[in-house]
Amino acid sequence: MSDLKKSWTLHLSIIALLFGLQFFLPAYHHGNLARIMVLTCYAMGYNILFGYTGLLSLGHALFFAAGMYGLSLSIQHLGWMAGPAMLAGLLAGFVMALVIGLLLLRTAGVAFMIVTLMFAQAGFLTVLYFGELTRGDEGFVIQQELRSIAGIDLSDPTSRYFAALLLMAVCIVITLHVVQTGFGRVLVAIRENDERTRMLGYDIQRHKLAAILLSGTMSAAAGAAYGLLFGYAGATFASVQYSIFPLLWVLLGGAGTVLGPLIGTLFMFYLIDLSSNLTTAYMLIAGLVLLALTLFAPQGLVGEIRRRGLRWLP
Amino acid sequence: MELGPYLILGLLEGLVTAAVLSLMAVGLSLVFGVMRVVNVAHGEFFMVGAVLAWWIAGAVDGHPALGFVAALLLAPPLTAGLAMMADQLVLKRINYDPERTIVATIGLLYIIQQITLMTYGPEARPVEAPFNHRLSIPFFEWTDGGLTLSWPWGLGTTSYKLAVIGAAVILLTAIWLLMTRTRYGLLMRATQLDSETAQAFAIPVGRVYASVFGLGAGLAALGGVLIVPIQQAHYLMGHDPLLLSFIVVIIGGLGSLPGTVVAALLIGISDGMISVFFSPTLAKIIATLAVAFVLVFRPQGLFGKRTL
Amino acid sequence: MKSQTIGLNGDRKVTAGPSRRKVIKSLAATTALAAAASSMPLFGRYGQAQSSEPIKIGFQVHRTGIGAAYGRWYDRTTKAAVKKINDEGGINGRPVEIIAEDDGTDPKRGAEVVEKMATQHGCDIAFGTLFSHVVIGSAPRAGELKIPYFVVSEGHHVASGMLNRYTLQPGITDVKSQVQAMAPFVNNTLGKKITMIYPDFAFGHDHRDYFSAAVEAQGGEVVAKIAIPPTESSFTKYFPKIPRNTDVIYHVMVGPAVLTFVKEMGEFFGNSRPEIFGFIDSLEAVDLASPGLEFLEGTYFWEGNPRYAQANQSEYDKAYRAAVGVDANGASISDSKDVATYAHMFGCWETLHIVKAGMEASGYAGPKDRAKLIEAVEAMTSMPHSHAHPQGAKEFNGKTHQVFGHQYITRVTNGKLVLAHTTSIADTYYPDEVDYTTQSF
Repeated sequence: MSDLKKSWTLHLSIIALLFGLQFFLPAYHHGNLARIMVLTCYAMGYNILFGYTGLLSLGHALFFAAGMYGLSLSIQHLGWMAGPAMLAGLLAGFVMALVIGLLLLRTAGVAFMIVTLMFAQAGFLTVLYFGELTRGDEGFVIQQELRSIAGIDLSDPTSRYFAALLLMAVCIVITLHVVQTGFGRVLVAIRENDERTRMLGYDIQRHKLAAILLSGTMSAAAGAAYGLLFGYAGATFASVQYSIFPLLWVLLGGAGTVLGPLIGTLFMFYLIDLSSNLTTAYMLIAGLVLLALTLFAPQGLVGEIRRRGLRWLP
Repeated sequence: MELGPYLILGLLEGLVTAAVLSLMAVGLSLVFGVMRVVNVAHGEFFMVGAVLAWWIAGAVDGHPALGFVAALLLAPPLTAGLAMMADQLVLKRINYDPERTIVATIGLLYIIQQITLMTYGPEARPVEAPFNHRLSIPFFEWTDGGLTLSWPWGLGTTSYKLAVIGAAVILLTAIWLLMTRTRYGLLMRATQLDSETAQAFAIPVGRVYASVFGLGAGLAALGGVLIVPIQQAHYLMGHDPLLLSFIVVIIGGLGSLPGTVVAALLIGISDGMISVFFSPTLAKIIATLAVAFVLVFRPQGLFGKRTL
Repeated sequence: MKSQTIGLNGDRKVTAGPSRRKVIKSLAATTALAAAASSMPLFGRYGQAQSSEPIKIGFQVHRTGIGAAYGRWYDRTTKAAVKKINDEGGINGRPVEIIAEDDGTDPKRGAEVVEKMATQHGCDIAFGTLFSHVVIGSAPRAGELKIPYFVVSEGHHVASGMLNRYTLQPGITDVKSQVQAMAPFVNNTLGKKITMIYPDFAFGHDHRDYFSAAVEAQGGEVVAKIAIPPTESSFTKYFPKIPRNTDVIYHVMVGPAVLTFVKEMGEFFGNSRPEIFGFIDSLEAVDLASPGLEFLEGTYFWEGNPRYAQANQSEYDKAYRAAVGVDANGASISDSKDVATYAHMFGCWETLHIVKAGMEASGYAGPKDRAKLIEAVEAMTSMPHSHAHPQGAKEFNGKTHQVFGHQYITRVTNGKLVLAHTTSIADTYYPDEVDYTTQSF
């Protein structure tokens, strides 16, 4: 079997596995997995920029929040249906990524990190500033009866799970497609050595901008879906903390791997959930595990698997 | 309040912010510059300094000044020791890899916060200032009758706040002398320029790294001790100063000590001043965007020489 | 619809038949009284409660994050209330078990924790949280999972109609009623020209909007509104915005920087301060004897429940204080520096007693009776001052799921907060904004 075939088989069977799993999972884990899959899309969006293109953003919560507020504000204040509102969320993320992206192209390295951090912080403060519309940090509820698309009630556990799985499957397919085509290879080349890539005649600015657009829109899709599926929008999701999360998930799972975001998000969720069963000091356990991972699995979990054998993993 | 006195008040408050911020940012800049790693746990060392100050000041009987001086002498070296231990146990072993260091220091941040929460608790607690007198400030105005002196309502500061500004000036001068006039400073600068060549010239790079990490944490802790009589020690207090010192370090230009101090002044004072003219939250948005645009159009920072 | 004045237990329509409804109502009243008046065990009171399985109450608690100082005292109060309830025979003869989960003072984790309580721990109800964003983030999940969610948050979010039929706030009054009940006192006793200082987010905006409206209705004037960004840690630079003609400063601040805020306010004014009226939130869990707070002598505070034991202290407050482990100065018995969040935490105690009364009135036997429990609580009206309600008498509005009660204004006198005024319950009423009883389960 060729590497290409192997990787499609692997990823499609993981999607199928997650599809089948829902019939066996206890209610609690069923709900968790729906959450994790939506957040995985956020991490996958982040991974395109950080893992494949090598651009470390500290402000991705801006895109997540753009999606979330694009959706929730158009439902709350414009009275839109969930379907068009979802598109509004995607569009908000895309436009935000376009504007910020054009400015970001002028920066690199540490300046890139700080500029993303600053824009995200400005975004967070803007949500607070327009408290009349957003209810600021307190946020607002998206009422249950408004959360359905084409007659499907997305607050119902089964349809929520399906919606989350569908979104994640789309993100996986897009990422797989990207990394296996020329576009993705140029991104990796930019990550490894952008000077040399430029010498080879590639327009690296255009590629970087495309990566930011794809990454921002994917993150916004996750944000919009999170609001829609779980019925709440609040400023916390725009805070710095939510910019650090996808970085953490991606690094844990393995930057620059398609499955890394899923594994990282899953791992971090259950690390906190299970250790909080054992002790109230779960942050201590989480901290120690993070240290252990950096010491013993420097490439992240999936990265480590790739390094130790499955070299064909995309 | 009239605009003039108002601006003076904003300036004074800005200077206090800038004083503490510059200590913390110089610490971060040293670590950043010499070791080329982003220390996300830097804000936690600031917090540990403040929390240790509370413990130490509480353990010393007598005049509050005694406790405070003890805290000033003990808390920074203790924090530095903690940081050097973290460096030896973790950072050294991951070879100061930039990305792994981010995850490792996030882990460190969780651990330090949780331990503080379990031992010190969730409350914000004050340390009594060694001295704290309210000083009213006169204001001079040129009116028809010539120069007149007035004491505007609310225009004032405290002796302790002025002392914090003074202490920061002295400490920063000391750091500058350390960097430029001593053998240790030379070793640091050599390592910063090119750690491999430094190694080739038999500079103990490993030990330089450990001491720089300790020094950076010690400076942050010093900032924490100085601020704790004004603000209280709290286990989440490291978060916002961390963000601010990141900004300061980058705006100032990586590794430039004078640049870092000037940027701290700029950020601290503009924070005090902009809120004079705009609604406070809008002022914060404007200041944040201003920082972003400075970097967009001058990615090397205001005082940096080359692209990062 | 909103103009209809408050009808506590009016003649509304409910789905249950009239006869059963009547029974529930009278049961609710009698058990509330019985539970209050006597400490007799209630074993075997109801035929259907044969099971001795514990009643599981999921306790959503701020152990970490910005709300941790509140969370610690909510935890202590909850433990004390559960101990009392269990010592007196539990609920329907069954012991109560608390299953605590940390929400990290984060709305996302809050929702996850409610889910965990409902689907993994098999809790009968969820209870306890304070910070508004956690309540609003968690309430949709509670509604979807059909688990009663008793919040102790003092936010207006329940009575505003934003949440759902499964979310109730029967143990603590909401910010809208607190704020508007303060207006007559501030206006008539302290002064007509008021400057408000509040945090620039939803909680502060509620203060701004409801207080301004109430003050204007009283003939007073808010001369300046100073909103402080939530990320702020130093405050002096905002005080010059206070107009010179201000008679009264009205302040409310939350979070770990509150002491800095109050101290810097004192430093700003020197010895020429106007009258000052503050919400105790600005100094909750902070020792009044902290250095720099001397200038507060003679100023006034709103308190949900007076921190210092008052001259007219009721036997109920005495017993409650002892049970939670708080001394007459509002600090922990074991550590006089460890000051309680006394103005808010009574809500946990009272809410658990209402849960008990509701479960006993509805003959609650297990999760299938959750709707009956909510109906029983909705049917509650007067709650007399008692061991179950040590803060004072209350009136519950079943339509808006919100309780109303007395508010206390205390004055700093010799470094202690001494009661200066108690508002009537009627002072806190406002027209209903929602009728949750019309929503289906």
